[in-house]
Formats: sequence, structure tokens, C-alpha cells
Amino acid sequence: MSILVNKETRVITQGITGSAGTFHTKGCAEYGTKMVGGVTPGKGGQTCCDLPVFDTVEEAVQHTGANASMIFVPPPFAADAILEAIDAGIQVIAAITEGIPVLDMVEVYRQARASGCTLIGPNCPGIITPGECKIGIMPGYIHQPGKVGIISRSGTLTYEAVWQTTKAGLGQSTCVGLGGDPIVGTSYIDLLRLFEEDPQTEVVLMIGEIGGTAEEEAAEFAKQNFSKPLAAFIAGATAPPGKRMGHAGAIISGGKGTAAEKKAALQAAGVVIAETPADMGQAVQRALAKTA
Amino acid sequence: MKIHEYQGKQLFRDAGIRVPDSIVARTPDDAAQAFGQLGGDIAVVKAQVHAGGRGKGTFVEHPQQRGVQLVRSAEEAAEVAGRMLGNHLVTVQTGPEGAVVRQVLVEAGCDIDRELYLGVVLDRARAMPVLMVSSEGGVEIEKVAEETPEKIYREHFHPAVGLHSFQIRKLCKKLGVTGSTARDADQFMKRLCQLYADLDCSLVEINPLVITKSGEMIALDAKINFDDNALFRHPDLKELQDLSEEEPAEVRAAQAGLSYVKLDGNIGCLVNGAGLAMATMDIIKFYGGQPANFLDVGGGATTEQVVEAFHIILSDPNVKAILVNIFGGIARCTTIAKAIIEASQQVGIKVPLVVRLEGTEVEEGKKMLEESGLPMITASDLADAARKVVEVAQQAT
Repeated sequence: MSILVNKETRVITQGITGSAGTFHTKGCAEYGTKMVGGVTPGKGGQTCCDLPVFDTVEEAVQHTGANASMIFVPPPFAADAILEAIDAGIQVIAAITEGIPVLDMVEVYRQARASGCTLIGPNCPGIITPGECKIGIMPGYIHQPGKVGIISRSGTLTYEAVWQTTKAGLGQSTCVGLGGDPIVGTSYIDLLRLFEEDPQTEVVLMIGEIGGTAEEEAAEFAKQNFSKPLAAFIAGATAPPGKRMGHAGAIISGGKGTAAEKKAALQAAGVVIAETPADMGQAVQRALAKTA
Repeated sequence: MKIHEYQGKQLFRDAGIRVPDSIVARTPDDAAQAFGQLGGDIAVVKAQVHAGGRGKGTFVEHPQQRGVQLVRSAEEAAEVAGRMLGNHLVTVQTGPEGAVVRQVLVEAGCDIDRELYLGVVLDRARAMPVLMVSSEGGVEIEKVAEETPEKIYREHFHPAVGLHSFQIRKLCKKLGVTGSTARDADQFMKRLCQLYADLDCSLVEINPLVITKSGEMIALDAKINFDDNALFRHPDLKELQDLSEEEPAEVRAAQAGLSYVKLDGNIGCLVNGAGLAMATMDIIKFYGGQPANFLDVGGGATTEQVVEAFHIILSDPNVKAILVNIFGGIARCTTIAKAIIEASQQVGIKVPLVVRLEGTEVEEGKKMLEESGLPMITASDLADAARKVVEVAQQAT
């Protein structure tokens, strides 16, 4: 078991003919993901990465039975591409694109919620169920099927966490990158709900960063509604207020969204905190030991 | 992206949002002339820097001079402008070195009856913009939020729809705004929310928002920040950027497509990915060191970008050691290795270099570095890397 994606998931790439789209479509196919096609408006009928290219997502779904999409469409057109995927009934949408104007996401977020699909990102590495399905840009070989569910707002920091849990022999059930933007489609809480129900997942590692209140809300939720052990790391303890730390969402404003506040909220909910980014794998082991 | 108050006020004027008459001055003579042109008995001279807290801020060169001052004559306007222009204004947001004032705004005075606060921001938890108003104008809103949060009133709106009249009526009722001022507020607040949406703002703030003795609503201040990701569709706004207000190294980094923030420590950091870059700073601090910067070379970093990143890090004279921490995903370790070799040939890296590589093409990358014969300290993992760089930085100071 796993959450959201597995070896049956049928995946298309929106923006497949762009260089990033092509490169990562190949990467996902090589990993074993069931890639079934791609969409680039105006290039329908062509072939890319040995896959059929369609003009619209609707056509792609009709012809391939796709139920997941990986989006590499450039920022000015990305919101529209996500809306198209929602409209076509795609169930899992991973928007990799970085740099989408935040106000574009207000309507996208509403429609994604209303339709009941799962929108991951934007500005995220994607989602992977090790050994079964990789939808995104993460290096596949660092993963290993196992028991840790990983939820993260960061890209490379997630790889660090994955690598540590792989080296510790724990492996991962499913890893999801939420994305580094102020508005993203999926929250920690959405995924904690799914991991709670997933028998393969024995422990969850949350990787947060400064800015917003998503981690605090997750902590509040976990107190009552999450029965499995939880570990967490929060990046940005040393970040100065008012400065955007790379991610549009990673900014401490009005004294809110500091790492200290987030850690305190998580600790109060019984979450095991990794003190440094090198301690994430061990924090997962401590969380497991605590409840064993 | 941030802009100056005078630029924000022009955008307000263009959108039909009332602001006092004002004139920008770049010399004391201009300021005197502006006072005459405005034609009133009083005017306010306001230092134009991006940082907030100007009214309470003081100048390094003239400790008695504040960043905002009421003047009563053309001569006084010139004197005050003379103390501000070319000098360094220190506020709670600038740091001790202050920000250089290159222009002042000379603004007509107005008869203030009440001072309110108004701000439009994105409410991330609700994934929607929100208009916030408070009866506590003229003071720091963060303070109000902490001490008397019940005095801040909020209404959310969809950027494509805007604020509804009933929402403004609710706000006016809570603020005790009535009569013709309430009718004024309807237009004022609608236009403001429209401006926020039309221009892809990330913040619009008016503090204070003034109700004059004649009952008009008027923006005495204008603070506007824009969503950097949306600037591609607002080329005219991009023109408003004042690069002299930015840290030069940060401007240079942005031009190279790198994300860089200068900090006060002595350990330069070169990392791929924003989260990992923040985490790298954190672990350096955990082991007793001080990061000199945040630097994310991004996912698809090229050799040229990484070489430029080294240039930028080394342009900071405080840097006593550099930590390269790369977890290759899209970025390949071989790209980074090649860049390290090229950078050391081009710029000469004279401070100790600690390198930790992991991920895509890691073995090839490590081999390239080894064969280059460059002096560097390799690290097996993140903790090892942080310990080593802190140690060498301490030895160097």
C-alpha cells in the first residue's frame, strides 16, 4: 500500500515537449512509472519520449485513460494548465512549475478543492511511491520501499531526508513535496489523513520551513486525529525576518511564521523534533522507539 | 519587489484613490520650491527609503533629525531636506548602518480627524487575499495584532471579483465610520482591493489611513510590494524598481538567476534548493558558526551560474570559509564539480573550502574534484560538513 499513486497510476505530462518536460518524462518512465502520454497545445499527433502527444488534456484522458498529470508548463500558462487537468477529471496533479503568480493560484486552489482532486505543488519536486511510481523530478535511486511517509515543503531537503531514512534501513511508503509557494494545493493535514489510513506507513516525517502557519495547523490536527508516530524538522531557524529565503512562501512577516513557533507547536503535539537537518533519520527512529 | 512611497502614491492617484498633493525633491532647493508650489502653511518632508519606521528613525549624520518632519516654511523645508538627502536613515527595519536617502517627498498637510490602519495581504491559510482594517492607525500593526487583536477587522475577497459593498459596510460599522465617509469608504476600499489584484501586489498598506475633518478618506502613506513572480506581466512596474535600495550582491545574484541573501556571519554557503540552503545555515549555527549568506543555486544550475555564485560569495570580505552542500537531483554533481574547478581557476578561492556532494552523478563529481588537485576538505555527510567548515572558519579568524 501507499497513498495517492502506485504502479497502476497512469500518468501524462503537460508540457511534455519542453526540455524539462521531456527530460523528466524519460526519468519517470525509466523509474518504472506508467507514463501514457503528454499534452502540448498545437503539437497533438506528434510523438515525444515514445509517447503520444495530445492538444488537450481531455483528449489525452480519452485515449490513454490517464488519471494523473505532471505539469512542466511555464509560469505564465501554468495556472491554466492545472485548471485544464482539473476540468478533465485528473485525480492526482503534480505541478512542478516554479514561479506561478500567487494570485493565479487563488482560483486554481478553489477549483481543485471543489473537484476533489489532489493538487500537489506548485513549485514542488512531486510525489513518489518508491519502487512503483515517480511523478516528479526527484532522483529515484535514493528511495527505497518502506515504512516512512514523508511530507515536505522543500525539494532538496526532502532528498536529504529520504537518503537518511534509506541509509537507516527504514525506507519510504510515499513521499510528497507540498511545494514552496504561498498557496499550494495540498496541506500537511490532507496527507496526514491519508497516511493515517495507509497500513504500510508506520511513521511520518514532516519537513517544514519558515513562513505561514501550515505546520502549526498540522500540529493542532495531529493531536486529535493522527495516531502514528510523527517526527519533524523545520528549516530556517537562522533566517532573518522580512527576507524571502528563496521560496516565495519562506518569509517571516509581522513576526509570524518563525521556526521557533513552529517547533514549539509541534512539540506540544508530541511530535519528535529533529534538531538539525542531519538528525532527520534519527528523529524518525526516536519517534518509532517512543511508541514501540 | 518593493517601491517607494512616492511611487505608490502615484499608483494610488492613477487608480482614483485619494492621496495628499505632494512633490518629489532631490535637492534642498527643490524641496523649498515644492513647499511654495503646494501653497499651504505647512507641509511634511518625508525621507524616501523602502524601510518602514521612518517617523521614529534617526539619521546617522544628524541624530536629532527624524525621517518624517512637519515644516512651516520653504526655508525650513530646505533645511530639513538638506539634513536628510545623501544621509543615512536608521529605522527598526534598516539595521545599524541605515539606508541612504536619495529623495524626499514634500507633501501638503491635512486636517486629521481620525487615523486608521488599512492593509491588503494574502491570507495563506484561506488561500485568498484579505483586507484588514483597524481603528488603531499610525502605530505598528504588528503591535496591535499582538496586544489587541480584537481591534483588527478582516474581510476576504476573490481577486477576480473584488470586495462587495456589504463587506465594506460591515467594516465601517465596526470602525464607527458613518455618513458621507462611509460612502467614500465604499469607493476607496473597492479601488484599493482592485489595485491589489490588478497589479499583482503581495502587500498594500496604508498606515495611517486618515479621515479628514471634512470627512474624506485619504491615504497618508502608501506601501506597496509586488509579487516577483508576476512582474513578467507588468513591465511598467518593473521600471519602478530602485536598485540602489537593494544589496548590490543580491542584485547581481538575481541577474544570474540565483537566490542570495546576505547575512552577517563569516561562512559562505553554496547550496542547491531553498529548503536545504536554509537548513545548511541552521546546521552551521548549530555547530557554533555563523553563516555569511543564504545562496540557492537552484535546481538546474549551470556551470556559469555556479561560478558566478562563487564570485558573489567571495565578494563579501567577511567570508573566511565556504561550505558547498549539494544534493544533486536535477542539478548534477558533475556540474558543480566542474564549476568549483573553473571558479578556483578564474577567481582563486583563497579561503578554505569544504565540499559535500550527494545525489545525481556523485561518484563522477567527486572523482573530478580529486583529480583536479585543488585544496579542499571533503565531507561525508551534512553534519560532518558543518563541523568541518565551522572549525576551519574559527581557525581563520
